[in-house]
Amino acid sequence: MELLIFYPIAFVSIVAALLVVFNKSPIGSAVSLIGMMLCLAGIFVMQKAHFIAILQVLIYAGAIMVLFMFVIMLLNLKGDDTAAWAARDKNKLLSVLTGVLVVGVLYKIVDIATRTELNSPAPLTDNFGTVAEVGKALFTDYVLPFEVASILLLVAMVGALVLAKSKVD
Amino acid sequence: MLSLAWLVPVFPLIGSIVTGFFGLRIGKDAVGKVACGSVALSFMTTLIILAGLVMLPEEHRIYEQVVFTWFASGDLVVDFGYQIDPLSMVMMMVVTGVGLIIHIYSIGYMHEEYSYYRFFAYMNLFMCSMLLLVMGNNFLLMFIGWEGVGMCSYFLIGYYFEKKSACDAGTKAFVVNRVGDFAFLLGIMYIFKEFKTIDFTSVFAAAPNTLIYGGEAVTLITLFLFIGATGKSAQIPLYTWLPDAMEGPTPVSALIHAATMVTAGVYMVARCNALFMLAPMSMMTVAFIGGGTAIFAATIGMAQNDIKRVLAYSTVSQIGYMFLACGVGAFTAGIFHLVTHAFFKACLFLGSGSVIHGLHGEQDIRKMGGLKKYQPVTYLTFLISTLAIAGIFPLSGFFSKDEILFHSLVDGNMILWGMGVSGAFITAFYMFRLVFLTFHGESRVDPHVHPHESPKVMTLPLVVLAGLAAAGGLLGIPLIKGAHLLHHWLEPVFSFDMKAALDASAQMMIKEGHHVPAWSHLLEKEEHGLAMEIGLMLLSLVIALSGITAAYFFYIKYPTLPDRIMQGQWGYELVKNKYQVDEFYDATIVNPAIEGSFFLWKTCDAQGVDGAVNGVAKTIAWFSDQARAFQSGFVRNYALFMVVGFIGFLIVVF
Amino acid sequence: MIPLSHYLVLSAMLFSIGVLGVLVRRNAIVVFMCVEIMLNAVNISLIGFDNYTDQVNGQIFSFMVMCVAAAEVSVGLAIVIALFRNKPTVNLDEFNLMRW
Repeated sequence: MELLIFYPIAFVSIVAALLVVFNKSPIGSAVSLIGMMLCLAGIFVMQKAHFIAILQVLIYAGAIMVLFMFVIMLLNLKGDDTAAWAARDKNKLLSVLTGVLVVGVLYKIVDIATRTELNSPAPLTDNFGTVAEVGKALFTDYVLPFEVASILLLVAMVGALVLAKSKVD
Repeated sequence: MLSLAWLVPVFPLIGSIVTGFFGLRIGKDAVGKVACGSVALSFMTTLIILAGLVMLPEEHRIYEQVVFTWFASGDLVVDFGYQIDPLSMVMMMVVTGVGLIIHIYSIGYMHEEYSYYRFFAYMNLFMCSMLLLVMGNNFLLMFIGWEGVGMCSYFLIGYYFEKKSACDAGTKAFVVNRVGDFAFLLGIMYIFKEFKTIDFTSVFAAAPNTLIYGGEAVTLITLFLFIGATGKSAQIPLYTWLPDAMEGPTPVSALIHAATMVTAGVYMVARCNALFMLAPMSMMTVAFIGGGTAIFAATIGMAQNDIKRVLAYSTVSQIGYMFLACGVGAFTAGIFHLVTHAFFKACLFLGSGSVIHGLHGEQDIRKMGGLKKYQPVTYLTFLISTLAIAGIFPLSGFFSKDEILFHSLVDGNMILWGMGVSGAFITAFYMFRLVFLTFHGESRVDPHVHPHESPKVMTLPLVVLAGLAAAGGLLGIPLIKGAHLLHHWLEPVFSFDMKAALDASAQMMIKEGHHVPAWSHLLEKEEHGLAMEIGLMLLSLVIALSGITAAYFFYIKYPTLPDRIMQGQWGYELVKNKYQVDEFYDATIVNPAIEGSFFLWKTCDAQGVDGAVNGVAKTIAWFSDQARAFQSGFVRNYALFMVVGFIGFLIVVF
Repeated sequence: MIPLSHYLVLSAMLFSIGVLGVLVRRNAIVVFMCVEIMLNAVNISLIGFDNYTDQVNGQIFSFMVMCVAAAEVSVGLAIVIALFRNKPTVNLDEFNLMRW
């Protein structure tokens, strides 16, 4: 039953991710990315991680993607012209090798992941993934990383301001 | 009063620092005042010290002041100390006195120069070094002063550094001096090896009991010291730098290359008289080198046409006389001649500077003549000094030179005397040739140049120096007992007890089981009568006068004669080309050295060493070339490497 | 109940797509988007493990990943703007001054 919901969502998210990569226009990429994010939010819901699912929608699909769109609009980017697709660096051998290796590693990972012993999960408690549960962990055991994360965001904000402002002085 | 001694070199040092570092800021007037003021202070301090020294009883006229211990390393303890005794007193008086006069003169002479302050900074530094040289109480401090004056000499010869000839002359002076300085240093080391100390007083006191008369050690020491002296004092074979040193400004030639620095060698030999007296072979060398230089340089001086070069060769020749005197043991006569020479040669150089100044830089005496009426003061002072150097009674040069000639005959031999006398004749000749060509006869001055007398600030020093040159002989009137002031004054320094020294040597030799040679004849003093002394005086007077007459005959009476008879004569050409000594040195020493250096540079260094180094560098560069392909500058490439690495990590883990 | 392996395979595929995008795209902004895909793929694995072991740590971790992603995007886009001001393109191949 759940798989019937999972497969379409997973399929859509993968297609959306591929569209992000292969779309010629950045706007199209961004829209596809939003779609992918929403699909992932659905997957998070299915994993009962409600809090993260909400954050996914609010922060990723909302804030971050708005920022992307904003920058794309600001810079007034058109679609990539086809010439730009031609690689200027000629590491073809390395690329092919990498591709082969990636496939091999992926195969291995999938192989490991689909082993049966991973398919007997522990029974979930009732309040798994609720905001209260995550919030409690966040403000007790993980309060220091939480505060550090806030400082990181502050630094990022200041850094973005410094980098992006035009030379006033 | 004597404790003020440490101040004497300090004043010029301060002056040098002030003029050197703040010269541009404080302006020309202030620079001149500071520079002359510092030397004047130094001179006054010297006078006070002189008074202090005179008040001491004669046999205690030595004062040592150790300012601080410079360094101590094992046995070698070097104090930064001053020694004031009659000899250094004389030198201090000459240095500060003549130095002061020349400093004042320089204010006028250098007035048009842009880097006025640089000149005075070097001059003051020179004064400081020269005073260190004469005041130091040990060999190493003397050496510091010795090097210091050499350095300042180098700076000042190359003062017009935009002129290549000046730079080359500076380099030449520096390099040639290096040869002598090296020997001097070897001498100092040898002294330390023998005596375990380098303090003047202890070395000289220990010398008769440490070194055997005529032994190998003392001969080597004194020869090393003397080679040092030939470098600094421009004697054969190291004299070639001095004529070239005339590229410097004229006051420099007067102060450094006539009056003070170049006589440092004489001072050094006189200072070490206790060592030289023990080494008869060295003494003979000194005397013959001195006498040889005296006549050799004088002959070159006859055929030079640059006013300053004539004076330069004359300086070389006169210093030869001083060494001649020292070599026959008449140190007093050498120092006496040093003093009088400082007066009249400084005056001559400053006079030539005045002439050059009046002619706007003309130095060729063929383009002078008849300057008598344009520059009366310069002429008169120049003439007085020329008479003095020629040895005309009663000017200073007569007394000092006569004393040298007398001693060279009495204490030396006929050959030395002959050298001295013929040198004296030539000196009189070429000096009057200079006077006649410059001041007498028809004017051959470039019609565009209008000769004029120099300003007061330049003529006044000339007058003072001419006065000193005229009256300086009074320091050492011969014949009358006790009237020879200088002799009396220097007695404590030069009173070497030959008999005691010989006895000590004999004892040492007996202890070592050597046979003691018969030395008794060395102690016998030949008695010489008054008549002989007077006769010699008259003879030298006659010789000087005949030199002057010859010059008069050639250059006033028949001015065309010299050209007619001299042109094409090989002897004249030889002398005119300075005996080809420079060319000889170039061919035998300088060029091989340059070629050897080229070989070392081009073959050994550029190909061998650089080749190896470059080879290593090239190998590394080749590897780098291979490696730098990774540094493509494309972000995606770097990401690719990251992925490759990550995958590699995964493969290793699983 | 969806087995853990499904989540992991989905995560791996999305991650690979992200890597592919980073490697082949030249547009700086699209490259950033691909980085976001990778981060999100990681989040799926984290929460999948969380779900499997009944823990809260993975969620905290994915929360942190989001923080980092937000910071990275804000700074990264600021850099893109600064670059664009310097040279009117977002083509990463144009910015290859840091080379030999």
